[in-house]
Amino acid sequence: MKILSIDHVSLSFGGLNVLSDVSFDVNQGEIFAIIGPNGAGKTSILNIISGFYRPEKGTVSFNGKDLTHIPADKRAALGMGRTFQNIALYHGMSVLDNIKLGAHSHLNTGLLSALWYWGSAHKEEMQLRRKIEEEIIDFLEIESIRNHPVSALAYGLQKRVELARALAMRPRILLMDEPVAGMNAEETEDMARFILDIKEEYDTTIVLIEHDMKMIMDISDRVLVLNFGQALTQGTPKEVQKHPDVIEAYLGKKK
Amino acid sequence: MDIFLQLLASGFLVGGIYALIALGFVLIYKATNIINFATGEFMMIGAYIFYSLMVYLKLSPFIGFPLVIIFAAILGFLVERLILRHMLGQPNISIIMVTIGLSSILLGMAEIIWGSSFRSFPPLFPRKPIILGEIVLRSNLFYGFLMAMAVVAIFLLLFKYAKVGVAMRATANDQIAAFSMGINVKTMFTISWAFGAIAASMGGIIIGNIGGVQPTLGHIGLKIFPIVILGGLDSIIGAVIGGFIVGIVENMAGGYLDPYFHGGVKDLAPFVVLIFILLIKPHGLFGTKEIERL
Repeated sequence: MKILSIDHVSLSFGGLNVLSDVSFDVNQGEIFAIIGPNGAGKTSILNIISGFYRPEKGTVSFNGKDLTHIPADKRAALGMGRTFQNIALYHGMSVLDNIKLGAHSHLNTGLLSALWYWGSAHKEEMQLRRKIEEEIIDFLEIESIRNHPVSALAYGLQKRVELARALAMRPRILLMDEPVAGMNAEETEDMARFILDIKEEYDTTIVLIEHDMKMIMDISDRVLVLNFGQALTQGTPKEVQKHPDVIEAYLGKKK
Repeated sequence: MDIFLQLLASGFLVGGIYALIALGFVLIYKATNIINFATGEFMMIGAYIFYSLMVYLKLSPFIGFPLVIIFAAILGFLVERLILRHMLGQPNISIIMVTIGLSSILLGMAEIIWGSSFRSFPPLFPRKPIILGEIVLRSNLFYGFLMAMAVVAIFLLLFKYAKVGVAMRATANDQIAAFSMGINVKTMFTISWAFGAIAASMGGIIIGNIGGVQPTLGHIGLKIFPIVILGGLDSIIGAVIGGFIVGIVENMAGGYLDPYFHGGVKDLAPFVVLIFILLIKPHGLFGTKEIERL
């Protein structure tokens, strides 16, 4: 069952064609990887899905709903979570506060009770806090750093907090932009394990961009290869690895 | 010693009022990165509205304050929606020019509506000065200080605990991340303009109550500028501490040095302190250091 479909999407900045006529579907509960050389348009695709860019042509639909006219901030409530290539955490705040902000979109209290902390907003916050503490912090093994300010943490841990914040949104689909970029082997392994666990425990669909080929081939169910804004091919990791166009795009042509 | 304590105490009180006005700058800058040069005029308009409600409509101050708050919120809302929303993504200098233009427009409007003559508020607080030991404090200053501190405290609590405050901090921290957390960043901009205008107008009422109202009341906004730079443009606590520093320095300089010169040291002193602090801490006392990654 497909949950997200990108249908003939094109995007250009001035004269530069960033994406031309890209189409793909993502199925419920799978890990879908987007790979390609630098500048292939991977992050642009993610930005289109999360609503930061608007495609010139084509449509994006999520869960059968056309997203074209839905602004970025409303997409969170639809069940879309995201992590970023350059960590986008709230650096002045603690780990816990960052995670709590992730649940912001699910706090359905009116303006007045939200302005003032008590009343139902308070109760909701308390329930939320317990839920987050028990589940997500535990799940991602960040118990020991929960009250640390984010800016004091090591890079790998910051990435994990960012993931925790996205998970607190209870996303149906999680968009991850280079989750293991700049990590050492151990951190990469941890992150790969977390991604698989998220898929299994929460039945969350995951779309990720990565350059770490070993990880991609290990964990993803299907892979899309982009090059110069065009979809070269898609399929299982094994199929993609053997595809002549992919080998050419990555390694160059045999002379 | 007596004179020292006296200057310290009254400088402290003035500083508290400055802190509130500085908050008017910071609330807007923090979320939107816009320095609002019309803050002084927001104060002046707030003071005039309050004056009109009191004198023409003969309302009690307890009704007047909430009405001014509502009016200031609407003013901030309109300014953001009608003018600054269209400036999103424009160069900083253009945005600054827009706020300077806005200050001239508000000044002109005030002169058209209320004329340029000096007016003073009907008495709001008991006239009896406050006497603490050997220190004598003007009642307008003392009660004005209490009011300013109350408003500052409310804003601090709002930022720390209320959902809207947390969302505003999130927006200030990282707009892209805020968007993907489901925070409507543009709404946060509007709210921060409304909050900034409320803080400024409250400051305007307090200043107007001490020194009377006239269209040039807003010029005090220029004096607040070193405070926000000194405290760090995006730090609320910096605005408060900067306010106290400038209030005390100004009063001390006025008390001790002005008699030896032909006056004017009082207005100069805060800027001297500002330059020294910026030499040591270029981002102000509590400002965010921006690290640009290449």
